[in-house]
Amino acid sequence: MRSGANRWLLVVLAALILIVIAGAILLGAPDRKPEPALGDNADRLADLPQPAMRARPASWYDPPDADQWTMQLGDPSGTRFSPLADVTAANVGSLEVAFTFDTRNARGHEAAPLVVGDTMYVTTPYPNDVYALDLTRPRPTVKWHYQPRPLPASQGVACCDVVNRGAAYDGGRLFFNTLDGQAIALDADSGAELWRTKLAEINKGETITMAPLVAEGRVLVGTSGGEFGVRGSLTALDAGSGAVVWKAWSTGPDSDVLIGPEFRPFYPAEQGEDLGIHTWNPDGWRIGGGNPWGWISYDPELHMIFYGTGNPGPWNATQRPGDNKWTAGVFARDVRTGQARWFYQSSPHDLFDYDDVNESILLDIPWQGKLRPVIARPSRTGFFMILDRLTGQVLSAAPYAHVNSALKIDLETGRPVVNPEKMPRPGRVTRNICPAAPGGKDWNPSAFSPRTGLVYIPHLNLCMDEGEIDTNYIAGTPFLGADARMFAAPGGYRGVLSAWDPVANRAVWRIREDLPLWSGALATAGDVVFYGTLDGWFKAVDARDGKLLWRHRLSSGIIGMPMTYRGPDGRQYVAIFAGVGGWSGAIVAGALDPADPTSALGFVNALGDLIHRTEPGGKLYVFALPG
Amino acid sequence: MSSRSPASLLLLLLPVALGACDRETRDYRSRALQSTDRPAAFGGNAYHLAQGQRLYAWMNCAGCHAHGGGGMGPPLRDDEWRYGGRIDQLVATILDGRPNGMPAFRDKITEDQAWQLATYVRSMSARTRQDMLAGRADEPANVEPPVLDERKPVRRVTPGQDDATEE
Repeated sequence: MRSGANRWLLVVLAALILIVIAGAILLGAPDRKPEPALGDNADRLADLPQPAMRARPASWYDPPDADQWTMQLGDPSGTRFSPLADVTAANVGSLEVAFTFDTRNARGHEAAPLVVGDTMYVTTPYPNDVYALDLTRPRPTVKWHYQPRPLPASQGVACCDVVNRGAAYDGGRLFFNTLDGQAIALDADSGAELWRTKLAEINKGETITMAPLVAEGRVLVGTSGGEFGVRGSLTALDAGSGAVVWKAWSTGPDSDVLIGPEFRPFYPAEQGEDLGIHTWNPDGWRIGGGNPWGWISYDPELHMIFYGTGNPGPWNATQRPGDNKWTAGVFARDVRTGQARWFYQSSPHDLFDYDDVNESILLDIPWQGKLRPVIARPSRTGFFMILDRLTGQVLSAAPYAHVNSALKIDLETGRPVVNPEKMPRPGRVTRNICPAAPGGKDWNPSAFSPRTGLVYIPHLNLCMDEGEIDTNYIAGTPFLGADARMFAAPGGYRGVLSAWDPVANRAVWRIREDLPLWSGALATAGDVVFYGTLDGWFKAVDARDGKLLWRHRLSSGIIGMPMTYRGPDGRQYVAIFAGVGGWSGAIVAGALDPADPTSALGFVNALGDLIHRTEPGGKLYVFALPG
Repeated sequence: MSSRSPASLLLLLLPVALGACDRETRDYRSRALQSTDRPAAFGGNAYHLAQGQRLYAWMNCAGCHAHGGGGMGPPLRDDEWRYGGRIDQLVATILDGRPNGMPAFRDKITEDQAWQLATYVRSMSARTRQDMLAGRADEPANVEPPVLDERKPVRRVTPGQDDATEE
């Protein structure tokens, strides 16, 4: 009797232990999501636009030399389109790895490699090493390796991981920036340093992460540091010598902002003297942000550049009453003199960290019976903006992401109508603000295909709770005054690839992605669109209907920008970095603690599961059709 | 109101009285602290912990380290310390900075304030006495106050990178 009871007890205990062990294994095991199924997984929302009603490249657009990829956005108008058509929607399914290159760097890889002639140029996050690979061999070898050795302390003032968005090539020189704020030119053949110009002071929180743009012999470089009260500036350097040609500040007196007689903004809110001072609390402009850390486009006919300025500092808007010019808006400038032509502020008195640094795609669109030159901008505010390229007038604005922070864009004044319910106030938490701080879309650039007339936007579906607290400016420390935590917007998915018709200003199809999209997009003349996910799936979808045609799992999450080129052997290659990180992937690259919902400025709250879904580690993957 | 009542009342109060013996002690009269006294004087004092939490907000620590989970800077809730997790090592980190980006606060706060900050930082990984912790967090995000919990292992950033062990 007693022994029988004991036996039962043993059995029950054993069963319990087994259950506990099984539970531990199940809970501890990495959350391996099943492979995404090929085929039709897109939501179809509208028909492809008719050829006559399609957006097209700018009238002067000359397809870049398709065999090469010399700048991050592919061409000066920022389309990320390649005329290569060997890889098509019909054969992309057999794409396979041609070679890989390990960067031995475990931080976020946001750049795209460049290819010029027989050489590929690979740039890495901090410490910003550059490699030149000889593509004439089947297993490319390193031709040269350049180490700029930026100051290690720069890592401490890099908002959102120590990323770098790559290099630009022009006339035998390679241009790139280091995290500690140096613009560097290398001889593309030998890797010899030609010049370096210091443009940022890390003790004030200034860094540089953006990719330079070269136009008319000038190298254009913008600062980062919107989370450190850095007063933003864009500098034009002489490509040959590295000497400063002009420098345009984003706040302060008109003489600093390079606002003169040529400045003709469309809306009255931008007209007036020294608005970069008067739209601030006293001296607020000196630590007011507006860093142009994103993309620059260039119109060679107008000799104009277009770029956005970042968020005002601090995040806490109560501390900086006024419109906070010239932050969170778009500048059009004369590339020769730097003089401003127009400015449009997409988020006046920005409340939500809506930097306006996203790409400006230069297009011509059929508008009221004739072609009109515009810039198309999938903006952080969640609105897809069409602005007149010559005047900065808002032609149309429609939300491409879930938006409740603004009710609409008033086309009379160009200003967003802010939702009073969503205005953060000091000492309390405002719930459910959409989009969240990284916006409808962050830095990762879209692609435009002239063959479909669509813009392919890799973007986010996130909302946030935000609380304001008073903050002090201490040079070299974050200047935020806000606590945020993000979460998935309605629908529960966190990322979207939208195929957007910029003429009708509506989505044609849309792919819902579980994870936020932090990689760039690439469109090719083979009617294929490439992008990657944070858990490492590199995907090819049909540019016309969004059907998933091919996918390949990489060793780390993808936040890089895909590019394509023709190799010395005549075959088309497609390249992408694996290497999770950036603001979204910081939880993995920086080993952050998901128990604190405010980690990484609140992004971690939306991405706690990423720890189990990918590993850090930078590696370049290059794909080709079976040869 | 029986005759037993005074005795039983005393008996009832006894645990309360005994409980009071274990309250934290506070130095109401200040005296010059020797450097050897400091870990005990700061590390076990609720007032210094609360001051540390205020300084954590005022010195913009949360911008980089969030409320312990990290961001631009490493997390502070775990048991991994690049430069050592002893309170005096934390004080050195705060005052003099570290080469990979931690700024120096020596000219911005006093040495005692650095000890208060370090006391608060240690509390994030639940290494202070639990009766010292604030009942609720003091920021809009209202992150859960640190409590004694099992230490969760945290993955390394880069294999082979300096991950100094604590204490």
